[in-house]
Amino acid sequence: MNVVSEIIRGITRDNPIFGLVLGLCPTLAVTTSVENAIGMSAGTAFVLIFANIFVSALRKQIPSSVRLPIFIIIIATFVSIVDMIMEAYFPPMYAALGVFIPLIVVNCIIIGRAEAYANKNNVFSSFIDAVGISAGFLLVLMLIGGIREILGTGQIVTFGYTLISLPLNPAVTTMILPPGAFLTIGTLMAIVNYKKAQKRAKGG
Amino acid sequence: MVEKALFTILMEGVFIKNFLLIQFLGLCSFVGVTKDVKSATGMSGAVIFVMAMSSTASYLLYTYVLIPMNMEFLGLISFIVVIAALVQLVEFVVRKNIPALYRSLGIYLPLISTNCAVLGVVLLNVLYEYNFIQSVVYGTASGLGYMVVMLMMSAIRERSLLVHIPSFIRGLPQAFFIATMLSLAFVNYFWVIPL
Repeated sequence: MNVVSEIIRGITRDNPIFGLVLGLCPTLAVTTSVENAIGMSAGTAFVLIFANIFVSALRKQIPSSVRLPIFIIIIATFVSIVDMIMEAYFPPMYAALGVFIPLIVVNCIIIGRAEAYANKNNVFSSFIDAVGISAGFLLVLMLIGGIREILGTGQIVTFGYTLISLPLNPAVTTMILPPGAFLTIGTLMAIVNYKKAQKRAKGG
Repeated sequence: MVEKALFTILMEGVFIKNFLLIQFLGLCSFVGVTKDVKSATGMSGAVIFVMAMSSTASYLLYTYVLIPMNMEFLGLISFIVVIAALVQLVEFVVRKNIPALYRSLGIYLPLISTNCAVLGVVLLNVLYEYNFIQSVVYGTASGLGYMVVMLMMSAIRERSLLVHIPSFIRGLPQAFFIATMLSLAFVNYFWVIPL
């Protein structure tokens, strides 16, 4: 199995947002800035990687009739850990992400990967799968966060550094409000669909 | 915390901090189950029911079991277990006693245990430090707000089936564009009603 191609699969074909269409709530809610997007993805990645490793390691012991409750307990344990770590060491980030850190537990991406991948594959491939999916999630969140932040505030400020500054006067404040999130993801999905249709037309 | 009037909590739950359009909770069902009005109605009914029930149950659990035993850190895990158990119980009772209701709501009930809106309302109740009555009102109001938006969305999507639009916009992108317009309308409640 090729590690690099597995990770690329997580970013492209099995991309959690555009490929599998899972985990929409955090994607839209916390992407008001690139910084929040990175924090959210880091939390989700931690939970996804550990949940995949544990589910995969225990897959022979878990009776298949009660596997979903067991997956949820495993996931909830790691979410509680992330919740406490963030509250203790990154209080501003924790305040910005709010209720969405504990809500990682019902993020369909994690239980979806546990059920569809980790439950059937060995520990190492499950780990690689989790890394790939997390990378895909991070990139999409940063893209959406970047678009919203730059249009909404005219600049991208990440962890105290101003990355880009546009002379946007006045900035489109709507973009960092809830409608901006729907507009951004709708546009991105339309572009992805358009590219897919183009590819299909070329191939067939 | 500031003592909030029940009416304020009701309006917040239904309009001002609408779960779907403002707080982004429960979006999977928002784009998944709004293809026709009938299933949107069924799903909303089930959500209102479960939200009110789980707000009640989790408040009792948190206040009378977890806090006296100093086990607030187990909150998340126990809420999930409570919601899952409650959904099972509701499904069981409804199937046995009200078969007609079960036929219309039944298939949506299992979907709800992984709906972030239900866990969200429970966590927000703890975060806002609502008391018993406030928790129940907030749970019910959030469910009502969910229903209002689900019905609007599904009615618009049903009608827009006949509209000619490019094929790459049909489906999810179109749903998100409709949501943008609805959300724009709802965002303005922030300023119209200063609470």
